[in-house]
Amino acid sequence: MLKIFNLTKDLGQFVARDITLEIEKGEYMVIIGPTGAGKTILLETIAGIYSPDEGSIFIGGKDVTDLPPRDRHVCMVYQDYMLFPHLNIRENIAFGLKSRGCSKDETDKKVEEIADFLTISHLLDRKPDTLSGGEQQRTAIARALVMDPVVLLLDEPLSALDGRTRDKLRKELKHLHAHYRITVLHVTHNFEEVFSLADRVAVMNDGRIAQIGKPEEVFRRPNSEFIADFVGVENLFSGICTDLDGASAIDVDGHRIISNTCGIGGRVYASIRPEDILVSTEPFESSARNRFHGKIDDIADNGTFARISVDAGIPFIVILTRLGFEEMALKEGDMVYLTFKASSVHVFG
Amino acid sequence: MKNLWEFWISRKSRTGVWDQCLVAFAIIGGILVMLPLLALANITIGQLADLPYFFEVATDRKVIGSIVLTFSAGLNAVLILLILGTPLSYVLARTQSRFNQAVESLIDIPLVLPHTVAGLMVYILFMQRGLIGAPLAGMGFFFEDAYPGIVVAMLFVAMPFYINSVKEGFQKVPVHMENVARTLGATRFQAFCLVVLPSSVRHILNGSILAWGRAISEFAAVIMIAYYPMIISTLIYYRFTTGGIKESTAVAFVMIVACLVVFLVLRTITRFVGRYDDRV
Repeated sequence: MLKIFNLTKDLGQFVARDITLEIEKGEYMVIIGPTGAGKTILLETIAGIYSPDEGSIFIGGKDVTDLPPRDRHVCMVYQDYMLFPHLNIRENIAFGLKSRGCSKDETDKKVEEIADFLTISHLLDRKPDTLSGGEQQRTAIARALVMDPVVLLLDEPLSALDGRTRDKLRKELKHLHAHYRITVLHVTHNFEEVFSLADRVAVMNDGRIAQIGKPEEVFRRPNSEFIADFVGVENLFSGICTDLDGASAIDVDGHRIISNTCGIGGRVYASIRPEDILVSTEPFESSARNRFHGKIDDIADNGTFARISVDAGIPFIVILTRLGFEEMALKEGDMVYLTFKASSVHVFG
Repeated sequence: MKNLWEFWISRKSRTGVWDQCLVAFAIIGGILVMLPLLALANITIGQLADLPYFFEVATDRKVIGSIVLTFSAGLNAVLILLILGTPLSYVLARTQSRFNQAVESLIDIPLVLPHTVAGLMVYILFMQRGLIGAPLAGMGFFFEDAYPGIVVAMLFVAMPFYINSVKEGFQKVPVHMENVARTLGATRFQAFCLVVLPSSVRHILNGSILAWGRAISEFAAVIMIAYYPMIISTLIYYRFTTGGIKESTAVAFVMIVACLVVFLVLRTITRFVGRYDDRV
């Protein structure tokens, strides 16, 4: 659907270098990278705001490298909504249809439909500055989606929102993608967005794509030190989640992890911070609901902390303070108990 | 006024005493406020004392004609600025190059030059033997002692006020907003007309008012090229030198009243136009 070959664009402050990327029709691709990695400039070059210094862009098999934005049929949603302040919500959503010469009846119908889907129907006659951030971003998404774009470009669409709104809108993006089956290229620096939305993820650094693949692949098997550092997710498990009166149980390759987070069903990711896991050589009484028994297969001692890998059927990483580590006199091959609370298990998906 | 009062009250009630620094500053600053206040009061009382004479001057066809001439020439200068200055402001707002600085300095020249110098520059350019004046004179278009001359002089001195205000307005409209419009199917020109312009109405209006105010208050630059027909500043100066204080203050007071009315109306309009501007 979207093919980019050896794209280079240098804006001085921001640079995209030699980027080759291919996105399938209906795929949800997320690009993640630190600030200043060149993510936005890549999106804007795809949108046609900038013409690349080198390389080419194909959309739907057609070379669009030299086409102006309006002839590319890609739409862009920015972090800070960018609603047109002098137009009400209805006019904002209808902006693109109008400039494409859509009839009034058809425009009205499409606007109502998309507004209904994004639950902003009741806001149609309001001005943007009377809306909350979440409502504004829904409008911005509606405004892009109503154009039925070949590729939807999202530039950190959730970053300006507060936590709860962000979670909600993230789920809606997922739902929306499933419903409309559109091709999405989403830029973010938030890992949860990668796990819950991405079919594939590309990690960008310093203007280049450092690694690309399925989220699990990239996060489990980083191909460079940068990615390992940047991604930094340990104890990340993928499993099937089921409700367990007021909590949820995640089945990871036959092992059960219990989490406080509930209301998420199906395939999910669970992560536990290494420092939240308690290590002991004997089992002990505790209110913590998760306990695993496994063998230490690696110890990395960096002076202040010891980083221990434990194979308990599934691989865990735990971090011990130097003192704790020395007191327990642990060595490779020892059997240990790992205990952690249900509230320490972070579930998303 | 009300806000200021509430501000003082809050100062006092919170700390129990007046904020001495603010009070001292207000007293010092007040001297400055007294200047226009006294001047206005002085001239107003003087005119009210002899109302019949004031009405006689106010209904003088020469005075009314001169005010209309001044206002309309100012309006024409603003119209030219709207047509030529708006695109220029957009270019200055959206590009960053060494050129910009040069152009911006050129635009600001009328701000720093004595207006007689500005007038002289305009005169040399537009006089019948001037670089621009000569070819236009061939087409029957004259600037010396003519209406177009007044407009050009006013345009020259009002230019920076319009350009700077509108440029600031355009800069406040995020480029991303234009980008969105362009990906939604608008050309760059359409994005400008449908998104940037409407979002900057307030700055355009403010710039126009400032420029118009500057234009109608011009004297030096105008008389260098067009002593006749007499704009109001010229007429007041003429009456001052020939008829004395009484005659000239009456005309001046007519102008004060006319200006106050016009600016009040304009300011009221701007209060209701493009209020979202500031929040873009």
